[in-house]
Amino acid sequence: MDWSALGLSLKLAAWTTLLLLPLAVLLARPLAWSRFAGKGLLEALVALPLVLPPTVLGFYLLYALGGNSWLGHGYAALTGRTLVFSFDGLLVASLIFNLPFALQPIQRGFDAIPRAAREAAWTCGLSPWRTLWRVELPLAWPGLLSAIVLTFAHTLGEFGVVLMVGGNISSETRTVAIAIYDRVQALDQEGAASMSALLVAISFAAIASLNLLTRRIGRRDG
Amino acid sequence: MAEGLSATLRQSAPVKLDCSLACAAGELLALVGPSGSGKTTVLRCIAGLQRPAQGRIACGGEVWFERGLFMPAQRRRVGMVFQEYSLLPHLSAEDNVALALWHLPRLEQRRSARQWLARAHLEGLEQRRPGQLSGGQQQRVALARALARAIRGDGQASGVLLLDEPFAALDQATRRKLQQELAKLRRELPIPIVLVTHDLDEARLLADRMVLLHHGQSLQQGAPEEVLSRPADARIARLVGHTNLFEGEVIGEAGQAALLWQGRRLKLGQAPRYRPGTRVRWLVAPEGVLLLRRDWQPRESDENPLAAVVEDAISLGAFTQVGLRLEDSALPLSFSLPNHVARRHEIAPGAAVRVSLLADAIHLMPWSESGG
Repeated sequence: MDWSALGLSLKLAAWTTLLLLPLAVLLARPLAWSRFAGKGLLEALVALPLVLPPTVLGFYLLYALGGNSWLGHGYAALTGRTLVFSFDGLLVASLIFNLPFALQPIQRGFDAIPRAAREAAWTCGLSPWRTLWRVELPLAWPGLLSAIVLTFAHTLGEFGVVLMVGGNISSETRTVAIAIYDRVQALDQEGAASMSALLVAISFAAIASLNLLTRRIGRRDG
Repeated sequence: MAEGLSATLRQSAPVKLDCSLACAAGELLALVGPSGSGKTTVLRCIAGLQRPAQGRIACGGEVWFERGLFMPAQRRRVGMVFQEYSLLPHLSAEDNVALALWHLPRLEQRRSARQWLARAHLEGLEQRRPGQLSGGQQQRVALARALARAIRGDGQASGVLLLDEPFAALDQATRRKLQQELAKLRRELPIPIVLVTHDLDEARLLADRMVLLHHGQSLQQGAPEEVLSRPADARIARLVGHTNLFEGEVIGEAGQAALLWQGRRLKLGQAPRYRPGTRVRWLVAPEGVLLLRRDWQPRESDENPLAAVVEDAISLGAFTQVGLRLEDSALPLSFSLPNHVARRHEIAPGAAVRVSLLADAIHLMPWSESGG
């Protein structure tokens, strides 16, 4: 059992979820409620990571984050660290390939809020910020919950993009999924089996508890 | 009118508006019109949920909207009851009301919310969520929330109460009950109240004054009785449901003005505003049509007797709706009778009857080509 790989996967998943959630909320509200030019294109762009092979996404990210790109260059100048083959770069890649998993459930959550509910809050004198906290987030909560669980579980399981962008550096970029691949390559069936079983257990527990919680919310608002 | 609400709204799209209305503090103004007439749009403009192209909205001496100024809904002191109430499903009745009191300390919010719920006869249901309340109870919570927002804690007049078809989603028994409660409650409310409805009876029951709206245009304002029985023109008469609409000519002899119609002379209740020789449109309200006794003999004092044949008679509840065709002109005339009267007079299709048009119920309107 590669505990450092598991720790790294959990750390990556936690950071991805934490950073992606507010970003997805920010993006999901206009996508759910406003009509603007290019909305369809933006939605398609955001959904791309769902359909692209992870290697294709990883290939582009490798270029975009590499030392020759303005992003990689700027980051190196600012922090003295590189984006590729580092945890930082892994996190950026993870944010990008998880965007649809966080955004789509949240967007559906906001979609389901009747406009009149927000208007009722406004006529009660609630500012847009207060309306977000008192009305919108509580009503979109099932969507937020799905986004949290899907993002977390999906980050744990991601393989292709991580390998392309992060490589396979112990304690820096070697996540559980890659460690399992390593074990299989090294013909260590037992190591691979125990880590795989753990990943299955974590993912199953996450999704099962999501379903349970969602049902409870459904009863609450029913 | 400094304490009241006044609004002038003008725009051509997306919904055409050409409307002006005023509502004094303590007054209930009904905004009446068929669906699609722009009633809800007007209400939303007052609430600040929609911005009209032009106009001016002021309430309690404070300007809410005019050229270059648009106060957002949050800053207008508006208590609004939405068509489907728009209660927040994740909050209890008490928390829904407390939402309108968010600026107060938490304890004060709870105390005040409970008071408003008690005034809406909801004691004991404070902790229920909207999904656990009946339609009528939900409407009461919505009303309590709107009042909590519109009326300051010290009972001082401040905002305006806006009601968007608040009774439309209720069954008839609940509707009657809540209408009567509102009629009672509103006498204690020191603020302007604007009620949107398509129901003329509701306007008659609840409103001090009404504005008739059609295609976004305010056509006539006044006491409901006045607008309903004395519409300004034939188009308005049709909108408020008059069907006994005819044309005629004012004739006058020595101060005794009368109406010349189909070759006969009709007495009028009061001297007309029109000069002799003027062509007019006129109506007689159904309640101004009297059925004469079957053994009727002509007398000088009778008011405008006419002979007719019953075309149809439909019983609706306690009343029978009778459609007549006048004998000499073949024009239709409708009115209603209590069922027992209809039975006693053997009102049935084909029966010959005599009716009298009460002079006071005849209302003259200016001539128009189309008649509405």
